[in-house]
Amino acid sequence: MGEITFIILAALVVVTAYFTVTSPNLVHAAVALMGTLFGVAGLYVFLYADFLAATQVVIYVGGILVLIIFGVMFTTQIGSQVMVKSSVPNRLASALAVLVLFVGLANIMLQAPWHRGELVAVEGTVKTLGTSLLTRYLLHFEVAGVLLLLSLLGAAYLARREHG
Amino acid sequence: MDSLESYLFIGLVLFCFGLYAVMTRRNGVAVLMGIELILNAANLNLVAFNRFGGLSEQLPGQVFALMVIVMAACEAAVALAIIINLYKTFQTIHIDEAREMRG
Repeated sequence: MGEITFIILAALVVVTAYFTVTSPNLVHAAVALMGTLFGVAGLYVFLYADFLAATQVVIYVGGILVLIIFGVMFTTQIGSQVMVKSSVPNRLASALAVLVLFVGLANIMLQAPWHRGELVAVEGTVKTLGTSLLTRYLLHFEVAGVLLLLSLLGAAYLARREHG
Repeated sequence: MDSLESYLFIGLVLFCFGLYAVMTRRNGVAVLMGIELILNAANLNLVAFNRFGGLSEQLPGQVFALMVIVMAACEAAVALAIIINLYKTFQTIHIDEAREMRG
């Protein structure tokens, strides 16, 4: 049962990622990206990262994806579906480079002697994560908060209506 | 499903797709989608190493992944602001068209 679900999730992630990359219509690409993000959230559940799965759905699907779709709607003229494509030699060269990188990295991945601990069942990560964030990783937590504030101000400043 | 390699492989595929999108797409928003794919691949790797590396006490990989999600949110907001500015200045978000710097 778990095996089948895992395979379905993996297939969902890979197929929708492919459509995200290749679809000429940006709205279709955004919907495909939503499938990828949901699939990755499902994989987080398999990895015993329940809080992260919820965060992924709330922030990526509920926030970032909506921002991206807003960007698509705001910057394309209604009715013009055609996207400017890069030239064929460019695409071929890129595909070749990515393929070489893929084979190289897959080789490394299969040969590397990864450190493996024993697998333990985890009883929910929320409590552990909360304690970690406010004790050992407190500085990271605060810096992330400041970064969020700064980027909010910066984005509002950049996107405001009138300059000068 | 209980092997590190299967998760690493999915992350690798996601990363390659994202990189391909960044290299070939000429639309600013589409490039942003490719970057989101790459960040998701990195996150998947971090969480997988956290699970299979025997690091379940303080969950460093998951905390790192959370920070990456925060950073992705910041990056998306700023990138969208830049893209909207680009559109206002050049009436297009075709990134090859934006060759000159002006306010």
